[in-house]
Amino acid sequence: MTPDALKYSEEHEWVRVEPDGVAVLGITDFAAESLGDVVFVELPELGAELTQFEKMGEIESVKAVSDLYSPVSGTVAERNESIIDSPELVNDSPFDAGWMVRVTLADAAELDNLMTHSEYQALLEAQS
Amino acid sequence: MPTSDNLRQTALYDTHIALGGRIVPFGGWAMPIQYDSILREARAVRSNVGLFDVSHMGRLKIQGAGAAPLLSRVLSLGAKSMRPGRARYCLICNQDGGIIDDCIVYRNSEEDFLLVPNAANTVAVIDWLARWNTKPNTVSINNITTETAMIAIQGPQSIPTLNEITTDDISSVLPFNTIRTRIDGIDAMLAHTGYTGEDGFEVILPAEDAAGVWRLLVEQGAASCGLGARDVLRLEAGLLLHGNDMSVDTNPYEAGLDRFVRPDRRGYVAREALLRARDNGVQKKLVGFFMTGRGIPRHGYAIHHYGRNIGEVTSGGPSPLLDSNIGLGYVPADYSAVGTHIQIDIRGRLIDAEVTSLPFYSRRKK
Repeated sequence: MTPDALKYSEEHEWVRVEPDGVAVLGITDFAAESLGDVVFVELPELGAELTQFEKMGEIESVKAVSDLYSPVSGTVAERNESIIDSPELVNDSPFDAGWMVRVTLADAAELDNLMTHSEYQALLEAQS
Repeated sequence: MPTSDNLRQTALYDTHIALGGRIVPFGGWAMPIQYDSILREARAVRSNVGLFDVSHMGRLKIQGAGAAPLLSRVLSLGAKSMRPGRARYCLICNQDGGIIDDCIVYRNSEEDFLLVPNAANTVAVIDWLARWNTKPNTVSINNITTETAMIAIQGPQSIPTLNEITTDDISSVLPFNTIRTRIDGIDAMLAHTGYTGEDGFEVILPAEDAAGVWRLLVEQGAASCGLGARDVLRLEAGLLLHGNDMSVDTNPYEAGLDRFVRPDRRGYVAREALLRARDNGVQKKLVGFFMTGRGIPRHGYAIHHYGRNIGEVTSGGPSPLLDSNIGLGYVPADYSAVGTHIQIDIRGRLIDAEVTSLPFYSRRKK
């Protein structure tokens, strides 16, 4: 289920670097499943400067509020407005329609601080 | 999933695990908060039928010639006038009028009552009964919580679903009435009560038979539902949760529960305090509100009115039925009118909301 071309953070966010160098961010299927029904997402504003591993927004399930962390540093270039109106997309399609923001990377070398697919799978197994 | 050792398990615990229930601590018990999806479970109850394990709630048998007088002393409504087969929602208040618990009392026969308090308050209720039991040789109080189970079957299809497996037709049992019948051959008490705002029954049966009946109801098409869906549904129906929306620090008039209180009865332990509260009016009131701005109100968030902190949210969350975010909270009586503009402090941001009438949702009665 978890796509293997992506990079992953310990906070269960994924990053996909597009051919144009822009990074797309979201949360993993594990994170979405753990949260339960997502009913509210607060995303950073367009143009906001994100810092790797720092808070970039909030996500709420029926019962709980959680922080969203950015797995990279950079500038928000686009927000997925459809998850504002339809937060259930995060559960239904965490790696695709449920993406959160597109970010112009400040430092592509930061991607090395993230996990590969197999490293992330190992983390999940260690936590289960 | 590991749970702490000191949590109690209901007779349905293994069934919840087998059905994929996610277990959380609640009122001292290990209970399923959800199976698959809280929202799907809530929708199943509104559109079809759902099952809830409510075995964690207390079940106290109160029997003997002194049972009705004892209950009349401690309950907010008299018990002596109840007809056998009837159930009543009522409050247990202390001598200051504070709410120790809310519960349902059932009269099975002249000298045989069942009291169902909340899980976390069962011990406090037993202690309170014992304190006012001035003629203990005429009353026996037996805690049958462990040897029995309690399953709530709720939703528009609850009655047809139950009728498939009960010996007697339950269609004619009126709300807040009970029937003793057999489910799949098992002797059970069925009460036409619930905590979801939908039609439904609550079934009390021997603990050892609970798992089989649950499976049978699932086979009949009922959805297994957890505490998460139960909380969504009861909030939509404007039903209060003790510990959140009322406590020993609130009286029934503040909580808007006036119609469940008859204070002017001789010997009622909360009589003086509740008569005073009734006649003097209240300073604070529980209100319902819906968010007009973007945000979800939650327990403990502050309520503001033009920059001034005036109260606190006691329950809140998303309403899938109303497609809106709703809450309950206490405000000064002056701010309790329907239409009053308030703001909720959602983690440092003041988000607009509006006081509305309760309940948020009321099903159309047939």
